[in-house]
Formats: sequence, C-alpha cells, structure tokens
Amino acid sequence: MKARVTVTLKTGVLDPQGKAIEGALSSLGVEGVTGVRQGKVFDIELAHTQPEAAQAALKDACERLLANTVIENYRVEILS
Amino acid sequence: MKAAVVTFPGSNRERDIARALKHASGVAPAMVWHAETDLPAGTDLVVLPGGFSYGDYLRCGAIAARSNIMAAVQAHAARGGLVLGVCNGFQILCEAQLLPGVLMRNDRLRFMCKRQNLRVERTDTAFTHRYAQGQVIDVCIAHGEGNWTADADAVARIEDKGLVAFRYCDANGVVSPETNCNGSVNSIAGIYSEKRNVLGMMPHPENLIDALVGGTDGRGLFESLASRMAA
Repeated sequence: MKARVTVTLKTGVLDPQGKAIEGALSSLGVEGVTGVRQGKVFDIELAHTQPEAAQAALKDACERLLANTVIENYRVEILS
Repeated sequence: MKAAVVTFPGSNRERDIARALKHASGVAPAMVWHAETDLPAGTDLVVLPGGFSYGDYLRCGAIAARSNIMAAVQAHAARGGLVLGVCNGFQILCEAQLLPGVLMRNDRLRFMCKRQNLRVERTDTAFTHRYAQGQVIDVCIAHGEGNWTADADAVARIEDKGLVAFRYCDANGVVSPETNCNGSVNSIAGIYSEKRNVLGMMPHPENLIDALVGGTDGRGLFESLASRMAA
C-alpha cells in the first residue's frame, strides 16, 4: 500500500522560507503569486492491506514524528 | 557533581560542554552515546550539547528527540533531575516536549554566529544562582533555527510563571526589537520547565569560560550547577 503524507505549517505561523521563495518567484517575473507556504511531502510504502490499519499507522507516525503539531498540520492520503 | 553529556550523530559541542563542566566542578562528565538506554547510575545533570544531530533532517532535533537515551532523560527529568540543553540541545528538548514551543528559522533567514548579550531573568535556579538578578552576560550564539515560538497560551503561561531564563538584550540589559537577534517571542533566549529543573537555551555559555578565548561570562552557569550538586 502506498500513501502520501503532507505536512504544512498552521495558518499564522511565520514561514520565512515561504517568504523567501515568494520573493524569488517575484524576481523571476512569475506573475500573480500572492503567497507561498512551504511544506513537506512523505511518500510512504506500507505492508498493510487494510486502509483503516494503514490510516491508523500513518496517524501515529504523524503525531509522533512526521509533524510537530505545535506548528504543523498533516494530511494523510492512501494512494493505492 | 555527576554529569552526563549525551552525544548524538552530528553533535559537535559535546567536548566544549565537557570541558566547561570539568573546569567548574573538577570532575569530567560521563559521555553517553544516544543509543544507550540508561544514564550512568547517580547522574545529577544531563546535558544535551549543540550541533546538528542527524543533520537537522526533518526538523532540528526531531530525530534525536526520539532516540533511545531520551526515554531515560525523560524519566530523569520527571524525577526532578537536572537537564540542560544548549542550542541543538534546546531544539531536542522542545521536540521531546520536555519544554514547550518550537525553534523556527531565524526571522532574518540567516545563520547567526556572533557575540550576544543576555539578561539573566532569575537567579533562584540551579543553573543561574551564581549570577546576579538582571545581570547582563556576554556569550555567543551560533544558530540558524533559534526563533522560539509557541501558542499564545503557552507564552502567557511561561511569562506568568517566570519560566524565562534569559532574554536577548543590549549591553545595558535593555530588551528591544533591535536586540532580538532571531525573532524569538519576547526576545526569549532560554526557558525553564515548570519545576525549573530543565533549561533549554540557544546561546553557548560553554564558549565563554576562558579569558584567552573571549571571556568568562559563561562560567557562572557551570559553577552554579557544580556548587548546587556538590551541596
């Protein structure tokens, strides 16, 4: 089973890296960009055959390591 | 004093910490590899040194905070044992939830490596009783992710309970946006746990223990610890 975990900064948390990328896009002349927030994507392979079990394992992974829930949100998607 | 310095893959300040502890107490600390599951028997103080544990992969301190030895450090702290985290060690303590909040990228986006004044916010702790209240100490900072932040409730709790250990300030002890070198909430450079037995700080007191290499303002912290534990 394959899954994708996306970790993003919570709303309101300062994202200096996103700001720097936004500035770089502007200086490249990419038009219309009004905000950039940087996050992380984890593509994860699991031995589970039941989506529910995989979801539970991934939630555990997010809560205990992949995301710092003080500043980050996470989203789990089962891909296949 | 029985001190233990934990070394993670990528730690690089463990020898400086060990030197500072030996200088203050006369006794060399035990060096403990992160994969160990126990601290040496009778450990009074655990120090998590600076560096770039696990290459700062995922988030600074995140992987080190989940290593074997940290369960023993958690238990030591829960018993009231002393824990000091400096720089990456502070990041590890926050990731391990031994201290609240998180250390984010410096607001100026630069790695800051310079001398920095700190104001000592309280002197009734095991870490700072050799300093004077409000004393300004001149130490070093060297970090890219030292911008401490937490949610509003956690900040209010820390301020109300007097858990701020040090703030970035100027040479006269004045705290202002100009002296806030990395954007930390309320210019916070270091915080205590509720029982004040755990201290995390971004600056490096261990750099300033020898007049030959810049100054001795860092000695007070190690001498505080040494005398507290000798007693």
